[in-house]
Amino acid sequence: MAIKVEDLTYVYNAGTALEQKALDGVSFEIPDGQFVGLIGHTGSGKSTLIQHLNGLVKPTGGKIYYNGEDINGEGYSLRQLRSKVGLVFQYPEHQLFEVDVISDVCYGPRNLGLSEDEVRERAQAALRLVGMKEKYWDQSPFELSGGQKRRVAIAGVLAMNPEVLILDEPTAGLDPRGRDEILDQVRALHDARGMTIILVSHSMEDMARYAERLLVMNHGRKAFDGTPKEIFRHYRELEQMGLAAPQVTYVIHALRERGVELDEDITTVEEARDALLEALRTGRR
Amino acid sequence: MLREITIGQYYPVDSVLHRMDPRTKLFGTMVYIVSLFLADNVWCYLAAAVFLAAVIRLSHVPLSFMVRGLKAILFLLLISVSFNLFLTEGEELFRIWFLRVTREGVRMAGFMAVRLIFLVVGSSVMTLTTTPNQLTDGLEKSLGFLKKVRVPVHEMAMIMSIALRFIPILVEETDKIMKAQMARGADFESGGLVQKAKSMVPLLVPLFISAFRRATDLAMAMEARCYHGGEGRTRMKPLRYAGRDYAAYLTYAAYMGVMLALRTVF
Ligand SMILES: Nc1ncnc2c1ncn2[C@@H]1O[C@H](COP(=O)(O)OP(=O)(O)O)[C@@H](O)[C@H]1O
Ligand SMILES: [Mg+2]
Repeated sequence: MAIKVEDLTYVYNAGTALEQKALDGVSFEIPDGQFVGLIGHTGSGKSTLIQHLNGLVKPTGGKIYYNGEDINGEGYSLRQLRSKVGLVFQYPEHQLFEVDVISDVCYGPRNLGLSEDEVRERAQAALRLVGMKEKYWDQSPFELSGGQKRRVAIAGVLAMNPEVLILDEPTAGLDPRGRDEILDQVRALHDARGMTIILVSHSMEDMARYAERLLVMNHGRKAFDGTPKEIFRHYRELEQMGLAAPQVTYVIHALRERGVELDEDITTVEEARDALLEALRTGRR
Repeated sequence: MLREITIGQYYPVDSVLHRMDPRTKLFGTMVYIVSLFLADNVWCYLAAAVFLAAVIRLSHVPLSFMVRGLKAILFLLLISVSFNLFLTEGEELFRIWFLRVTREGVRMAGFMAVRLIFLVVGSSVMTLTTTPNQLTDGLEKSLGFLKKVRVPVHEMAMIMSIALRFIPILVEETDKIMKAQMARGADFESGGLVQKAKSMVPLLVPLFISAFRRATDLAMAMEARCYHGGEGRTRMKPLRYAGRDYAAYLTYAAYMGVMLALRTVF
């Protein structure tokens, strides 16, 4: 019920030579509390799609409902929607501007018109949630490392207490450790608070590990929609779209072709390890 | 909302004008501007209108794009029209309160408006059909003779082409930053002047930082490729006139001839 997208179409620079159809008849529904992964090749319309979900972009055609209400309907408060549907953009550099970390995180809740005490409280809570230690709070956000900037940017949105958190490629350009930390934190938010998460990522490994459901975009259309295991069965089609299945899935498929009895729906390294150990122990070859 | 800036916005379609040598277009624009200042009667302006209409047709750029640049000068247009309308001495037509409107004033204001509009649309034709790079190449080559008197033509052209190149990038960047702050509840529209100015800070800080970062990156990239100014630098695509350029110059001559004739006859 929470988010419903109906036949969404969007055209950039409509009516000019630069016209570009970014979304074409996309429909889906995301219930409360789901962890959704959004994948697709570069330019498939992922960023455009998520900017519709909090009303930053007005659809060319189609409708978007949040809790049953048309967000582009007359009299619907987009500012309120933006506090409920938090969107973290790909580059933290696009939003950090304050002299220190804590003031920057205060910006969102202050825009909600909360009291100064509450603003600070929320900012501190958000910074703790993303694992920013207190010693950083008075530092300039521009002196932080890429991963820490990312965290502050996420905290800046979390401080508004959103019900839905949308992250556009939050791990791009991070080292493996920074990536895992951010994603673990996002998962913790999902598990502890029942927050709906929409995560855009290019890493199939991450998707297999974290997402309950995958939406696959291809040239502005929704290509697949299902659990990661269902989706990765279509790995050949995914490859056609410039995507892939997790590496370990390929290993499993290769082993199955050689007669090792394994479940074809293995998508994470842990699952593969367990299944292989099991196969070795029972001695079936 | 930010995409209204047409200056420096190339419109990528194929047409004779797009393929023309930038020097030809630069010269043509100059000829056109001069002709507008020579024009002193209705027939001259009619000729200028016909010429402009023909060029717009040739350019394959939609008219809506051409007139978009006018929005930027709307204020200027209003001011100069009202000044001319109310402050020109002459035969009084009618009077609103203390403002006298004269026959000469109406004439002047009308010509002024048409002249300004043609001027802006005329220069838009050039910027819409010429990439900023071609434009500065054209400028550099046309003004090359100034190098003899130690004018740093190449450096100026380079600065200009970089500046022009950065405009659309910064516009796009502004759009992204605006969205990122709006997602955090920013409101760039409502509020008084002070409030509005304050609300620009979250937009301007990231924009400046990004501009400086881009500038340093670009400087590094240029140095890494041994850029050392214009001395001894050759071009991958040297500018060369083609048949259409000679045809264009002939057209300019004809147009100027017609213009001068109309000016003396009427
Ligand atoms: N501001 C914009 N103006 C014009 N076209 C755009 C703009 N943003 C994105 N596009 C185009 O829309 C399509 C979808 O882009 P995007 O949503 O950014 O894809 P993704 O996030 O999946 O890489 C692309 O073809 C892209 O070139
Ligand atoms: Mg994107």
